[in-house]
This record gives sequence, C-alpha cells and structure tokens, in this order.
Amino acid sequence: MAFSIELETINGQAKLTLIGELDGGTAPLFKEKIEAAAEANATKLVLFMDQLEYMSSAGLRVLVFAKQKMGTGVEIFLVGTQEMVNDTIEQTGLHQSFHMVDSYDFTA
Amino acid sequence: MERIDVHPTHTSNGYQLRCGQPFPFGATIVPGGVNFSIYSSHSTACTLVLFEKRAPQPFVEIPFPESFRIGNVYCMVVFDLDFENLEYGYRMEGPNNFQQGHWFDPSKVLLDPYAKVVSGRDVWGTQPNWDDIYQHRGRLSFDDFDWENDSPLDVPLEDMVIYEMHVRGFTKDPSSGVKENHRGTFAGILAKIPYLQELGINTVELMPVFEFDEFEHSRYHPETGEFLVNYWGYSTVNFFAPKAGYAATGKFGMQIDELKNLVKELHKVGISVILDVVFNHTAEGNERGPTISFRGLDNKTYYMLTPEGYYFNFSGTGNTLNCNNPIVRGMVLDCLRYWTAEFHIDGFRFDLASILGRDPWGYPLANPPLLETLAFDPILARSKLIAEAWDAGGLYQVGSFPSYGRWAEWNGKYRDSVRKFIKGDAGVIGEMAQRLQGSPDLYRGAGRPPSTSINFVTAHDGFTLADLVAYNGKHNYANGENGNDGANDNYSWNCGVEGATDNPDILKLRARQMRNAIAILLVSQGVPMLLMGDEMGKTQGGNNNTYCHDSPLNWLNWHLVEQNQDWFRFVKHCIAFRLAHPVLRNSEHFQNCDYLGVGFPDISWHGVKAWHADWSSDGRVLAFMLCGQHAKGGRVKDNQIYVAMNMHYESLWFELPAPPVGTAWHVFANTGAQPPEDIHAPGQEPPLESQSSLLIGDRSVVILIAK
Repeated sequence: MAFSIELETINGQAKLTLIGELDGGTAPLFKEKIEAAAEANATKLVLFMDQLEYMSSAGLRVLVFAKQKMGTGVEIFLVGTQEMVNDTIEQTGLHQSFHMVDSYDFTA
Repeated sequence: MERIDVHPTHTSNGYQLRCGQPFPFGATIVPGGVNFSIYSSHSTACTLVLFEKRAPQPFVEIPFPESFRIGNVYCMVVFDLDFENLEYGYRMEGPNNFQQGHWFDPSKVLLDPYAKVVSGRDVWGTQPNWDDIYQHRGRLSFDDFDWENDSPLDVPLEDMVIYEMHVRGFTKDPSSGVKENHRGTFAGILAKIPYLQELGINTVELMPVFEFDEFEHSRYHPETGEFLVNYWGYSTVNFFAPKAGYAATGKFGMQIDELKNLVKELHKVGISVILDVVFNHTAEGNERGPTISFRGLDNKTYYMLTPEGYYFNFSGTGNTLNCNNPIVRGMVLDCLRYWTAEFHIDGFRFDLASILGRDPWGYPLANPPLLETLAFDPILARSKLIAEAWDAGGLYQVGSFPSYGRWAEWNGKYRDSVRKFIKGDAGVIGEMAQRLQGSPDLYRGAGRPPSTSINFVTAHDGFTLADLVAYNGKHNYANGENGNDGANDNYSWNCGVEGATDNPDILKLRARQMRNAIAILLVSQGVPMLLMGDEMGKTQGGNNNTYCHDSPLNWLNWHLVEQNQDWFRFVKHCIAFRLAHPVLRNSEHFQNCDYLGVGFPDISWHGVKAWHADWSSDGRVLAFMLCGQHAKGGRVKDNQIYVAMNMHYESLWFELPAPPVGTAWHVFANTGAQPPEDIHAPGQEPPLESQSSLLIGDRSVVILIAK
C-alpha cells in the first residue's frame, strides 16, 4: 500500500498521520515532516499510526531522529500502533523512548 | 561551506566514485555515499558487487580503479546508494594455486570480514535458496541506537556469578511463556530478565552470537531421521555481525538494535554481558568447505597452512585462523573493540584460546602478540578476558596461559577436582584445598589473583548437572556419530542406576550430590559459572555433546522450575549467600595465616577434629573456616563462615571450631537435610543447637555462619 503522511498543528501540538507502508523509500518523507514539526516549535509530537501497516528499519531510524530533533523537552506519542509495528518497536527497545497510547486527546 | 570530499571524481557503470579512505575497513556511510574498504595482499584486482536486498543478481559491479588501491587495501566511495536496501560483496582476482595457498576465484562473491550486518539467514531454520550465488551478504549498519547513558558495568571479576546460556535454547520452548514470535531470540531473553534477577546471577555469558550458519553440516540422523543442525554456533561466518536468526527483528535487519536493547536492559538491572567468541577457526572448514569470505579474499593471510597448502587443524573443525598474523590480529582487535564500544559488551570468553597463542606454523609462542595486545588495549581496558585455556591440538594451558595480568581462565581442573571429590574418589583432598582457595597452586606463583579461576562443575560442553549424577557414561546416540563424539572423562557417577529411575533412595542421593556441587561451587574463591538450566534440573538424557540438536533436548523446559522448586530455591539461596558475603569473593589469595592479628587465620583447615585436617590420601573429609575480618584483604568486615564437606559414605561427627567471641554458629545450608531444612535464606539462618559438634550425613556439605 502506498505511503502517505500529513502534518497538522493543533493547539501548538504537531499531529502526524501515517498511512501505508513506511520503508527506505518513504522514510525521507517522514523525516521531512519531523523537521517541519520541529521548526514549528511544536510542544508535543503525536504520531497517529493506526493505519500504518509496516515499518522498516528506516522508519524506526526516523523515530530515533525525531527524538533527537525535537529535544528531550518534547514528549512524543505513538497512537494506535498496529501489532506488527508495535512488536518491532518493542523488540528494539524504542517503546521506552515514546508514549505508546491507544488514543490521544488534543484538548487535554 | 560544503565539504569537497563529497564530490565524485570518477564514474563507472553509471555510478559516481572517488578514491576512498582505507580506514576503517568495511562499509561506512560517509557524506553522499558509502566508503568501501577491503584488505587483500595477494590479489591482483578487486570488484565491488552491489545487490538490491535479496535480489538474485547484482544490479552493478564496479571494479576498483588501480589508483584506488593503497598498499594492500582497496578503497572507494560510491555515491548515491540506497543504503537501506543495499547488499554488497566482492570479487577477487589473483592466483589460484593450492600449494602456494592461493584460492582466488572471481566467479565467487565474497563476504566482507568487516560487514556489520549479514543477511541470508535472517530467520532461524528457514531454508535458504541453495542456488543463490551469494548466501551470506554484507549490509550496512547505522550507529544511531539510543543508549541513554549506558556504559559497560565494570563489575570486579571476583564479584561475578556467571550464567552460561544459549540464546535460542533459553526461551525457544513454549513452556517459556514468551510471546511466540519472541521465542528463542534476544527479545525472549529480554522478557525473562525478571527470572535472571530472581535467580540472582549478575552476569550472563552468551554462547556464540556472531553470525553463523545453522545449516552448516546439517544432515538427517541416519536412523532416527532427525534433522541435525549447527545449534551451538561455534563456527563463525562473520565476526562483526550479530546472528540475525537470534533476533525477532532479524527479518527487518534490526538485529543490532535488538541485541543492544537487551544489553542495555540487562545493564539496567546490574547484569553484565559476556560473549563467547570463536576466533580459532571459521565456518569455511577444510579443503572441502564453502568459500564464504576469508578463503577467497586472502587465504594465506587468514589461515594456517601446511607447506603443501592444506589447512592446519588445531581447532578440530577443519581450519585454524592465523591469529598471530598481524592482519588477523588487527581484525580480532577491531572486532573486540567494536563489540565493546558499540554494543557495550562487558567481556569475552575465548573458545579454544590456546590457538590464539600459536605462531603461523602452529608452535606455541612464549609471548603471543595477540594476547598481549588484547591485554593492554585501551578500549578493552575494563573488559573481562577469559580464556578456554586449551585447544584441540593438544595445547593445555590451564595455569600457564599467558595472562599479562589480565587474562582469566576457564578452570578445567576445578571442574575435574570437584567432580572427583563429590563422587567420593580418594586422593583429591589436597587438590580440593587448592580449588576452594581459587587454585593458588596454578595462579599465585605468577601473581595472578583468585579471580583468574573461572570455576565451574558443568558447562555447555559436557553433562548437565542433573546428568552428572545420573550417568556413568555419555549417551550420544542422538548425535549420529556412533557415540564417538563428546568427552570420555566425565568423572560422573550415576548413584546406582544408569539414567532415569523412580527409586526414591537413588533420587535422594542424586539431589544431594547436586546440592553438594552447587554449594561447593558457590563457596569457592574465584568466579563461579553456572550452566543454564542446571538451576532447574535440566537433563539431556546423558548426552554430553548436544551441539547439533535444535529440539527440546536443548531447549529449556520451564516447567522444571515448578517441578523442582526446592532445588531452584537451593541454587538461588547459594548465589545470594555468596553475594552477601565478601569473604567468599576475595581479590587476593589467602595467606593461611592471621596477618591482621585478629585471632583467626584468613582461612583455616579442619577435619572431623577442629583445627586438624586429614590430608591423608584416602581422606574424603575436608572442612575450612573463613575469617570475616580478613574479607577482601581486611578492607571490609564479614561474618565467620565454616564449611564442612563429608564425602564419605558414612555420617560423621564433626567437632566445630569455636566461633568468634560473642557469636554463635547458625546453619545456612545442610545438603544432607531434606527441604526446606536443606537451606535458609541468607540473613535467616537458624542457630545451631550444639555449638561444639555436629553430625554430618554421608555425602553432605554443611555451611555455617557465625553471627
């Protein structure tokens, strides 16, 4: 399935919606959006991943990049990750660096 | 300003290039491209071969221009590569002359010895495409793991309790309760960290995790039809790459991250990680073995060859790595530095390490440069270096391995002495006194501390503890080698019946013998090592060489913890007791005198009479007392500890030495008592009724503590 990604800003928080398959070919798009979110000085980064079906090592590396780029003061939420993606994140220990949640409320 | 080194100077087959950096060897991501660097002294030309991930044929082959060869190193930057999906290898041209030792063959694609990721065996046991022209493929790695302030733990060696384990065997069995797709992997171990904490060990030693091929010499057992594989993994394909098949994420090429995460999480709970490394030979085997890497790159550099061009075989497996060739030495050093710096590994156990001390013709060197280099290397300065101080060529160096003040040794003599002692052999009391003290007979003269001695009764190679007390001889039928494989000198005793039995008396005796072995191991000076599964009574049905079984024979059956709770509790308490008492973990050898003037010698020897040990050749009784005032050379204070070992077939009264004034003897362990009286949680030892004497059962060990 083709990959798409959208960035919105809600209450100063960056919302990214990832759809499809994130691999070496599409990871640069993901990275661009992270950079844009960082430039917009987002206070939180929220990644909606319930429609993301596959994440390769390249995608995981962008997650690591996101953490470094946004800085330690910005919390990062991964919302609704599918089991296979979730598994990969857990096995490589990245789940400790992010908030893994089922849903996210932007008004809170 | 933009760096000028990102500009290509050459083109070839549509790819832009420039001359690369010779160091570091391997494939390194640089601005705009990838730097490929490979060593070969006897080749005449080299071609870089690039594949898309898993593609049967390369998408481009780029010969190194002559000007890109510096000395004996081919180096080249290739620009604009999709390094996420890249696989690479080399073709080498040069002489092909068996007697001269040259095996160059440009029809073969060769694996870079410095590849950090190797694909081709991504999921354990999945049959590869045997028609693939390039089975084990180099891939690029990315050094972006988030270590979160972790660093190697730097625990003193003498404070370690090592647990030797097999990555796959630990959680592969469904009884592990680990999520199905994590079983048998690094992620599986991660899930079991709480178990390791409960057991109380503080160091894991992982059997080989460098990329190996489980299909090497795979075959069907001629009679049982069982599929036999290279399960243990003592046959390295590549020294820099973690085995992909040991990672749940191996199919995504994320094995580096998964292993790093395991190390990080183990470190968080105070558990060090030691790797069992195999530098004595490679998976290319003898003259009939496959050409994977070294043989085609520079056969004569990497292997010890006879004058006729055949492989010397000091490893017993076909070839011998030419470890004291300066190039190979460099590779070993680079490798260990990489695992230390990049993976935060705490130490290494070197398989058949005596080979590392042989010269290119196989003769033992007085001052082996490789061993010296490793001992003094700045990056390895805090790493534990442990030698299996013998090899298959007959070089046995326990007690004489060149140590440079750094090297510790697997003490095979400890194993043999304890085994003989607990089965009641006569004539080993003197030896035992040495083994209990950290083998000063072997190490003290050379100024080597007690922690030089890695003490063990069982290891992966040989009987499990449960089998040691259930079999007189090995039962290796399942290996398909007519029982010719595996050790014959087991010093084991079946306690009356060979193998499984339901005779309660024999089962009781076996349980006691196991308790004796573990109790003695955990109160000996030196560094104790336990074999995975011994703490729950793992049996291998008398097979003492299970290297080829990917089956429940090797997989840990976790139901055993429930079934053998008393035994598990015994082992756990013995470990905790050791860690609670620094007097058991001295950093200097005992002086057998009261050098502090506190009224007791640091260690004193006793028999059925206090202060009178029976050193006669038919003695089977030995007791000793450790003075807590002398713990760690008098730098810390500990309790007095008294250990009595009655390996006689009769119960005997032991007269007890008086404990220090104001204290009384309390019982920590009595292997002759039935659970739960056999052992008590450290700190909850009940007082002994009579403080002057004690009846100790036949084949039993008693450990008392004065408080």
